Formats: sequence, structure tokens, C-alpha cells
Amino acid sequence: MITILQSQLLPPPPIKLRHSSLLFSPSQHSRPNLKFTSKSSPSPPTITMASIKVHGVPMSTATMRVLAALYEKDLEFELIPVDMRAGAHKQEPFLSLNPFGQIPALQDGDLTLFESRAITEYIADEYSEKGEKLMCPGCNKVKALTKVWLNVEGQQFDPIASKIAFERIFKGMFGMTTDPAAVQELEGKLVRVLDIYEARLSKSEFLACDCFTLADLHHLPVIHYLMGTDSKALFESRPKVCEWVKKITARPAWAKVVDLQKQ
Amino acid sequence: MASIKVFGHATTTSTRRVLLTLHEKNLDYELVNVELKDGEHKKEPFLSRNPFGQVPAFEDGDLKLFESRAITQYIAHRYEDQGTNLLPADSKNIAQYATMSIGMEVEAHQFDPAASKLAWEQLFKHIYGLTTDQAVVAEQEAKLAKVLDVYEARLKEFKYLAGETFTLTDLHHIPVIQYLLGTPTKKLFTERPRVNEWVAEITKRPASQKILQ
Repeated sequence: MITILQSQLLPPPPIKLRHSSLLFSPSQHSRPNLKFTSKSSPSPPTITMASIKVHGVPMSTATMRVLAALYEKDLEFELIPVDMRAGAHKQEPFLSLNPFGQIPALQDGDLTLFESRAITEYIADEYSEKGEKLMCPGCNKVKALTKVWLNVEGQQFDPIASKIAFERIFKGMFGMTTDPAAVQELEGKLVRVLDIYEARLSKSEFLACDCFTLADLHHLPVIHYLMGTDSKALFESRPKVCEWVKKITARPAWAKVVDLQKQ
Repeated sequence: MASIKVFGHATTTSTRRVLLTLHEKNLDYELVNVELKDGEHKKEPFLSRNPFGQVPAFEDGDLKLFESRAITQYIAHRYEDQGTNLLPADSKNIAQYATMSIGMEVEAHQFDPAASKLAWEQLFKHIYGLTTDQAVVAEQEAKLAKVLDVYEARLKEFKYLAGETFTLTDLHHIPVIQYLLGTPTKKLFTERPRVNEWVAEITKRPASQKILQ
């Protein structure tokens, strides 16, 4: 629900072209498609069609989750903005990409996917040999533990943390007021989750195992927003959690996602 | 001594999700009862199994897991060659697997939140002497109806949610659907023809019957 509200309320991003790696390609959408390459390219721009297209907006946490995975894997893609303010995500042609009317959707050749966490898993599997590893290599046991912590993010962390981000940040953008009682109640729940993370990260360098995986990556967008609010104290006051946040937000791929928001 | 142990309560939807999977796979297991009404799940030693204090927790040899949907996926992969196949027909086909993953995410993030609240309001609250909040029921039914409309369209194209075969995606829905069929919310399923057929198919499976006993 929170993602829907976020995506309904956000204005379409301004499109400013400053980098030589940004290309226009003609498109049936009213907005030009932006082609992003993960490395800045000194060669003259050429019109090519990336086989991967992401339909979404850089401010949406779910879209950011997918962009992070694409940058980690050094994959070329095209970001096709969706005009949320005009309700484009609730109409055709977007509904043919995601009948639930939520961003992002991803196309890779003739494969169409939605649900950000299914998309990132696909990227990690399909492009497992490219770029950074997003799943711990090895046996079933490690994969099983990764699934545990992927579910923890989706079922325990995100429902609470997203609502806090909504209260503290997104409501304000639209002239709605933060409900301090709601924030307090939600933070009371979040600290219990973060205490568990603190204990876990005392035994493991990252959540699922000793390497960075999707289980860590999935947290980045909402943590990014919360670290710009008073809620950051909850993360900073727990040493292992604090260290983990610093590590994952310092990743170069994440910096590129944050950079997209500024454009 | 079964090497597989489930620590949970046979009435909870999340425990049932795991038991269903074990039955589909014809796997032996031991169900270790966690007495929820005594708060056993919020204390040690259970917290060492799941620090979030929720059933079920799971053990297979020395592998310890929690989160029902992580457990079911582990079982489906580890015992892929046994019992019912719960993965797509070609489990190595990444695109097919991604389609199943979408369905699992939809169940977890779109279907279950509304469906679980409806089961809580109309069934489980009574166990605790609490009254159903009809406003919440109306609100959650409206949300569930929208999800089921998408399912109806999907099931017109495919026999099951992820394609032509029964997979984890369908299985994850079964426990809460079984509860909702005993409430007025049942109408949301019966008034959509393909959803109604799908519900009948998945709830009549022998494994689905076993978990009700």
C-alpha cells in the first residue's frame, strides 16, 4: 500500500541531460527514454536499444531496488519514466506490464516482470556471471539462509520502515502532516527488528552470510530515505547495524542510484 | 528420528504452509508443538530458532531456518526429485522461475496482508473473546477483491498462477484460503469462476486435506 501511495503522489522526475552517456531514442511514450550505461563512456554516443527496460521513477523505493541490482551487475538498461501524477501506472499500456498497477516493471527481451524482489532475483540469477555477486555462491544451506533474510526484509523490516518513510518524508511532499504518534509506534516496532539485526550482524558480516547479497541490497532504498530523517538515530545507535549501513550505502552501484535521483 | 523438525502450531497458516510442502514431498518430519497461548514463541529456547518470535521454525539436520516462505523454497529445491514438483516444469529456466517468483511476491505482499487480516477479524479474534470489526472486514475485502480480479484474468490464461502446473506460488495461498472459505469472505472466491475452480483444485489435493486433520 505504501508503495502505491508513494507512486501515486510523486511528481514525474525532471529530465535533465548532462552526461554524455545519456542518449535519446525515439519512443511511443510522451517522454524520451533515457539510456543509462553503468560506466561513463568516452566514445561518441550511438543510438542502441538496451534489451533491458525498467519502467519506473528514480524516487520510488521499489524502482531503486531494481536499479541497484542492475548497477551492481554492470548491465545496460533504459529507464522509461512512468507519469505517476497522470496515473499512467493505473492504465494501459502500463497495466499490461504489471496488472497490479505498481512500478517498477522490467522488460528483458520478450520477458516482462514485476514485483521488485522477483526482478532482482531474476537479475542475480540470469546475470550471475556478470558484475558483483548478489547471492552467496555455494551450497543449498547458504542459499536457504539467504532466502530467510530476503523474507525477513520483505515481511519484517519493510512493512514498518516504509511506513516511517511515508510518514516522515512522502506525506510532507503533498501537504499532509506527519503523525508523530504513528511514527513513535512504528519506531517502537522497528527497534525490535534492529535489535535482531544487531545480534545477527555480530555473527555475520552481512545479513545472510559473509558476503553482500540481495538480502542486504533490498534494504537500501528505504534505509537511504530514513537516514535523511531523525529515524537515523535508530540505526546509528546500534554499532553493528551502523557499520553495516555505512558499508552497504558506500557501494559504488548504490551511489549511481542516488545520483539518478538528482538528475 | 526424522531429520526434519518443524517447530510450530498446526493451526497457524504459516506452519501449515510448511506442513503442506512436506506432505506434497512425502517427507517424514516431526512436528514439535509450540504452545502459543503460553507465549512459548516469545521466549527461549524458541527465540534462538527464530529471533522474530514467530512460528514456524525448521530444522533439517544441522540447517536451521525460519520464515515459512524461505522454508518452503528450501524444501522444494533440496527435495526437488521427490514427491510433487513444486518448482516450474523446467526449474533451470530462469525466466520460468522468475514468473513463479513474481507469484510468490504477489502472494506475500498483495494477497496475504488482506487475506490474513480477514481471517484474523472473522475467525481468530473470537478465540480471544474479541469482536469482529466490520469496517476492517469491508476495507480488506475491497483490497482482496482487486487482487482476485487480477487472479481471475491470469487464471483465464493459465491453469495455475505460475503456468500450467501447480507450484509453490499456488501452495502458499492454501492455508489462509482454507480458513476464509469458512467465512462470508468465501463469496469473493466463489463469484469469480476461474478463481473458484482454482480454489477447488488446490484445496482438494490430498496434501491440502491432510493438514486439516
